[in-house]
Amino acid sequence: MTLATIAGRPVHVNEEGFLTEFDEWDEALAAELATNIGIDLTDEHLQVLRFLRADYRAQGETPTLRRVSTVGGFDTKRLFVLFPKKPAKKMSYVAGVPKPVGCV
Amino acid sequence: MTTPTRAPVPSFDDDDAAGGRKLCLICSKGSLDMAYPGLILANAALGEGIETHLFFTFWGFEIINKKTMGNLQFSPVGNPATHMPTAVSGLPGMQAMATRMMRAQIAGLDVPPVPEFLDMIKAAGGHLWACRMSADMMKLTQDDLYDGVEAIISATDFIELSAGAQTLFI
Repeated sequence: MTLATIAGRPVHVNEEGFLTEFDEWDEALAAELATNIGIDLTDEHLQVLRFLRADYRAQGETPTLRRVSTVGGFDTKRLFVLFPKKPAKKMSYVAGVPKPVGCV
Repeated sequence: MTTPTRAPVPSFDDDDAAGGRKLCLICSKGSLDMAYPGLILANAALGEGIETHLFFTFWGFEIINKKTMGNLQFSPVGNPATHMPTAVSGLPGMQAMATRMMRAQIAGLDVPPVPEFLDMIKAAGGHLWACRMSADMMKLTQDDLYDGVEAIISATDFIELSAGAQTLFI
């Protein structure tokens, strides 16, 4: 865990660049994280990110793609459009939560 | 205190994903416990941006046959890993009970039942194929199969399709 600068402010990240402090995240930071991986953040992205964070806060772990779909109510196909190719990893990176660990 | 540096950005290996890693899973078993390995691996591969194909053959048709896909069974008979005495595992009602228990365990992990799992794989961009010889043997047509199955194809078609792919026989 190191201190690094994102969007002009110091935040804690792991060696891959994922945020490690839940509370250091905000939506302005998310826009910067999204840009880093080639995503232009829209309100639709933000809705997914807000669910991810609320669920992480409630459950203590990052929801899997299936949970984002079944509990969050987001369409899986859409998630692959919003966060191309590796939706679970990309959305957790932008949401400032760890990668999901579940298999499904 | 460390001086803040620019944060690293995960690579996500998008170039790898686009660069043609491809996975083909041959699903040849029709029991509840053997349906899941293929489905879970397919789903994981799709979530990593990998082009994924599932080829259903022989007993694997149980997974895509509309009549059976929602009712796959698990039998403890001949399976020493259940640690159940052989004479007990074959008793009437044992298969139903074992199946019920396994279904409950799978659901408990929030892993979907087979038909819903196939929906999820399709939504994630997976490709489903059925084996021609198996269809002919079982006298099944595309209408009998899960709607997401793209076509009934021959062994040769599958060999062509799987060119350059990592292929697993399950």
